[in-house]
Amino acid sequence: MLENYLPVLLQVLIAGGFAGATLLISVLLGKAAARNRVKDSAYECGMVPVGEGQSRFSVKFYIVAMLFVLFDIEVVFLYPWAVIFKDYVAIHGTAIFWSALCFVTVLFIAYAYAWKKGALDWKH
Amino acid sequence: MDALFASIDLFFLAISAVKIVLLVFAVILPMVAYSVYAERRFSAIIQDRVGPNRTGIPLTLFGFKKDIQILGIGGLLQPMADGLKFILKEDFTPGHVNKFYYWLAPCLTMVPALLTCAVMPFGSELDLNWFGIAQPIKSVIADLNVGPLYMFAISSLGVYGIVLAGWSSNSKYPFLGGVRSSSQMISYEISLGLSIIPVLMIFGELNLSKMSAYQDANGWLLVPLWGDSAPWSNGWHFGRWLLWIPVCISFVIFTISMFAETNRTPFDLAECETELVAGYHTEYSSMKFALFFLGEYAAMIIGSGLAVTLFLGGWSIPFAPLLSKLTGLQFHFVPGATPLYTGLLHIATFFAKVFGCILFFIWVRWTLPRFRFDQLMALGWKVFFELALVNVILTAGILIWCPLK
Repeated sequence: MLENYLPVLLQVLIAGGFAGATLLISVLLGKAAARNRVKDSAYECGMVPVGEGQSRFSVKFYIVAMLFVLFDIEVVFLYPWAVIFKDYVAIHGTAIFWSALCFVTVLFIAYAYAWKKGALDWKH
Repeated sequence: MDALFASIDLFFLAISAVKIVLLVFAVILPMVAYSVYAERRFSAIIQDRVGPNRTGIPLTLFGFKKDIQILGIGGLLQPMADGLKFILKEDFTPGHVNKFYYWLAPCLTMVPALLTCAVMPFGSELDLNWFGIAQPIKSVIADLNVGPLYMFAISSLGVYGIVLAGWSSNSKYPFLGGVRSSSQMISYEISLGLSIIPVLMIFGELNLSKMSAYQDANGWLLVPLWGDSAPWSNGWHFGRWLLWIPVCISFVIFTISMFAETNRTPFDLAECETELVAGYHTEYSSMKFALFFLGEYAAMIIGSGLAVTLFLGGWSIPFAPLLSKLTGLQFHFVPGATPLYTGLLHIATFFAKVFGCILFFIWVRWTLPRFRFDQLMALGWKVFFELALVNVILTAGILIWCPLK
């Protein structure tokens, strides 16, 4: 079973090697030109950069990341359920459907709450 | 651990290495290069221009009067010229960046895109009896039982590349591009994951090779016009035709989420040039920029491959039963008894379908305008999330009350 993953390991090596090798070739073959203060500064459409590069940003992005963790775990929980669904129904009946419906309903309430609180609203 | 090393089959390992090298360097990378070329020619046609049509074998360098154009189509060597130029440009690391992460980010975009093709079944089986190999070779690098899960897990690592590029550049435009892009990608990952659950329920399977084989025998999921699921083969079956509705909804959500995941127009907010210059890779140049570029196109190819495998029959040949009847040859897959020509045809069919999908990607990019960020988030969270969830329940209901067999 585990040896099925050996080609994946091999591919990690080959893909990583490819990325590293192309960067190395470009370092070796690319022409180096003189540096100066203007060339080393951050790009702001040709103006002298103002303030910090990493400024403060909206908390919305953070909320989206939290919601993502919550709902993506839900999706992962549904995967094994989906895979056994057809066989389970054929043998044991519809209990699997109602239990999943309860699970989804609970999450839907959480989702509706997040929406009501304005977590999904980007206008303001 | 010793038991694991003892069980390693060197022949299996060598075959895998050959498959990886062939797939990555002889198929995926040339395909990436030529989809860039196709994009430039296609967009030129759409905008009534000519596009890159001059690069051929550069004989003028050696004093001849004309360059030779390959196949008579102008500019077919343009991708080679671009690659050469990327390599020969100055490799410049600006002074204000965080060096380690600045170098790591392009690798982190490129490597996951190449890794995901490990579980992609690009063909059925190759019967290499003529070359003295008794066992038929499976046309997939790693035949894992968790195909789609592996693909989502690895491809979401690509977010790290973009976030790190935006953050380590220490500059305003890349920073905004990186933050936007990461929240866009994680938002659409949910609808992407939810949209394929109905498909998994219909297959009852997480192995991509078996899904392709199922569609080869039973007709494609989205186009059930031949095989056992055709309306005239087993009598009119109501449930099978009802199931077509959730499959269509899934396909639409999957495709649109895929556009968002790969940062393609109409969702290319990460790099919209009118407000963010070039987004997260503004501060990048030469080969490091090229790796971002290649990674984006490789992700597009892998995404198309997944769409083809799940919905459009994978490597299965269209109208295979009819073709077999007309020609007397075998066009469908039989485990252990698939002739070599069928195995090769399956591989060709798969990549033809993938290329068709890429042309669709390009067509959409040069047709639709870009979304606004609040519209993008509203579409992902308020429309697709609910629609995909309802779709799962709908599929479950159909499978219970109109069972397939």
